[in-house]
Amino acid sequence: MSTRTEDRPDVAQPRLGGVGWLRWTWRQLTSMRTALFLLLLLAIGAIPGSTFPQRSIDPARTAQWIADHPSAGPLLDRLGFFEVYASPWFAAIYLLLFVSLIGCVIPRTRILWHQLRSSPPRAPRRLDRLAAHRTEEVRGDPEEVREVLRGALRGRRYRVHAHDGETLSAEKGYLRETGNLVFHVALIGVLVGVAWGHLLGWKGDVIVPVGKTFANTLSRYDTFSPGPWVDVTALSPFALRLDDLDVEFETETTGRGQFGAPRDFEASTTFTDAEGRTEQRSIRVNGPLETGAGTVFLLGNGYAPRITVRDAEGTVLYSDATPFLAQDNNYTSVGAVKVPGAAPQQLGFAGFFLPTGVIDDERGPHSVFPDALDPQLALTGFEGELFPSGRPQSVYALDTEAMNAIPGADGADQLRILLRPGESFELPGARGSITFDGVERFAGLSIRTDPGKGLTLVAALLSLAGLVASLVIRRRRVFVRVGPGEQPGRTVVSVGGLAKDDDDGMADEVAAILTRLEGTR
Amino acid sequence: MTDTTLAQLSNTSIYSATVVLTLAMVAYAVYLARLVPSREGAAVPAAQDRELVAAGSGDGATAEPVGDSAGDLVDRGGRGGRGGPGGRPGAEPEPVAARRAGGVAWALTLLGTVLVVAGVVLRAAEVQRWPLGNMYEFAVVGAMFVLLSYCAWATRRDLRWLGLFVVTPVLLTLGLAITVWYTDASDLMPSLRSLWLVIHVTVATISVAVFTIGFSLGILYLVQDRLESATQRRASFMDRLPDARSLERLTYAAHIVAFPLWTFTVIAGAIWARQAWGSYWNWDPKEVWSFVIWVVYAAYLHARATTGWKRQNAVWIALVGFGCILVNFAVVNVFFVGQHSYSGL
Repeated sequence: MSTRTEDRPDVAQPRLGGVGWLRWTWRQLTSMRTALFLLLLLAIGAIPGSTFPQRSIDPARTAQWIADHPSAGPLLDRLGFFEVYASPWFAAIYLLLFVSLIGCVIPRTRILWHQLRSSPPRAPRRLDRLAAHRTEEVRGDPEEVREVLRGALRGRRYRVHAHDGETLSAEKGYLRETGNLVFHVALIGVLVGVAWGHLLGWKGDVIVPVGKTFANTLSRYDTFSPGPWVDVTALSPFALRLDDLDVEFETETTGRGQFGAPRDFEASTTFTDAEGRTEQRSIRVNGPLETGAGTVFLLGNGYAPRITVRDAEGTVLYSDATPFLAQDNNYTSVGAVKVPGAAPQQLGFAGFFLPTGVIDDERGPHSVFPDALDPQLALTGFEGELFPSGRPQSVYALDTEAMNAIPGADGADQLRILLRPGESFELPGARGSITFDGVERFAGLSIRTDPGKGLTLVAALLSLAGLVASLVIRRRRVFVRVGPGEQPGRTVVSVGGLAKDDDDGMADEVAAILTRLEGTR
Repeated sequence: MTDTTLAQLSNTSIYSATVVLTLAMVAYAVYLARLVPSREGAAVPAAQDRELVAAGSGDGATAEPVGDSAGDLVDRGGRGGRGGPGGRPGAEPEPVAARRAGGVAWALTLLGTVLVVAGVVLRAAEVQRWPLGNMYEFAVVGAMFVLLSYCAWATRRDLRWLGLFVVTPVLLTLGLAITVWYTDASDLMPSLRSLWLVIHVTVATISVAVFTIGFSLGILYLVQDRLESATQRRASFMDRLPDARSLERLTYAAHIVAFPLWTFTVIAGAIWARQAWGSYWNWDPKEVWSFVIWVVYAAYLHARATTGWKRQNAVWIALVGFGCILVNFAVVNVFFVGQHSYSGL
């Protein structure tokens, strides 16, 4: 526009007032070109979320990445590259896209509505101007011929209307535009469903060793992330006891990446609902437990060695199945035992649990198979203050800031404890003993609700249906004009077709309609 | 019969298929080479061709009878006297030597397809599950669907000109599958044990297969379009392919079949993700790229529907979409950390 002004400075452009500018902005935003640009921008904008670790998915890896890249990390963090899908710029792209979509859908709906309510337009005077047309002379009087063609058009599902005595106007394929609009409106439904689920859904994760019971209260969760509108005090009070966790690993195939791969996980549970009814339910990886007040998914598993710590007199200070978190596919697991009741100083143990343990000089303690074939516990001991300054800390790691390593009896600077099930280790200096009683498995459960998922699913399926309709169905108009032929009892009939979209089948369509007059030529 | 012999048979079948398809590829190349208009008369017929094509495309009634939906891709006949496979009006008749090569190529393609199908079926029988559990299987089944789509389509219209551009990507895929992605037959990991594996992954693979054909057609269109707008041109086998306008329509036709299938893939994947991982959308790298693919192809369809946008640019977007499919398969599976870690590598 500006170049035109420069070329012809004498042409005065109309001044745009405030409303004019708004209208101009709206036009720009709702133009197909802008929609296209925003679509491509959305695609590009989504990519960083797959190349950079995302805080919402893997916070530890994200923190590690930022620490590893001291210059780029914080900058990218500020730009939202570690929370792409929650970042303002990503939201800006898709919200603009949806505004553009709404601005496109509303006028088109209005147009379609008018078209559906009015009859097909009058036939043009000269049908031979249409791209697909044919003129023939046939037997019969004009009215007869016209009625035959009316039947032919009806048979081909056209809406037929006669504006006058010698023409027919027919149109079909309104479902194409309807499908198109349904597709776009349903996408808005998907967005609303996602937003609804975000606002009113919640999820919580908890680790439950075999034999333990989980009660659905906020304090029992290891992590809990509610949506902004969730009332966290109103959780349904169901309970779940983990009776058994059955795990199978691949032992037959020895090919690359196969040996030791997980094959089946199944958690047997006793479920008690809010009314106190109890039943046996199993949870599998693809078979979550629907409680009616949240769905319980089995998302993780691992080992919880039963560890007992006693003081020098033999009094039990600590005895629990202690979950250790798996670090690799063979379940080399890390964890910690915290004994705040020990005197004079608190005791802490940190180290590895190895379901099938091997300790070599190169890799240190590690597991070579995920099943508990030769379980071992490799720990180091510490004493001092377990919870300095009362900071919240992970239950799987020891904060050794205010602790000192317990020296070995043989003079080594660090005490190394290696235990197999049933074995005990006497701590030097009358500090007591630690016993590895046995191994339990734990289940990593995730309990979630998403009230928006139904809407999202219905909207997504609707959009698919609309999409198919808009791609498969064709909008076509056919006009018929009849007139008396040169001889009496003959009729000149012209049929012209007009396709809305680029559609090469129109000529065949016209020919097919005229086949109804076969035998009257 | 033990499982190991089944496994060996499956592998033998796939290896044989690559040999047969290599021969088919050569035969298709020979076919196209023999279609090149003879040297002496090359300049004149080429020019004539163009005029006739131009006249044809100006008149909707006599233009190439190619519909824009899959159901309409049938050659409706009425091509009496037309020569080459592309059916260019006025082109010289297909040389006998070319026809022979084309016949051989088609027969070899059918044989190759049968062998790939056999390889997949044997693999399934051996592992006693749906054979879509790791990257090797995705690749082989994908190749199978490309071949099946091509063969099905080719029974309805003459597609020998397209053969080379379908068999070549199939061979590349099979080659990579055998050498790089090969995984011993085995059971599935727990998260894959679901009916949704059959639904979601099968439809995804079919969709990608059709996108692959669309990709080949898109490239052919861009080349043809450039050739047609060139002022000086030498005779080439491209003269015997459909004109640019028809190629563009075929490209579109392939994409409007594949795009709804991909949409379904994403929806089915979301349903399964909710079942297996607890949330229907986790922005896992695979999900991100599936979304990117969907958005890029949606952009292609929009660009094509936008008046004022060149068809060439629209097709470029479709090609970018296929690039995203390649990234989603070959890069995301192997190098990105995510929940879709099923490559088996």
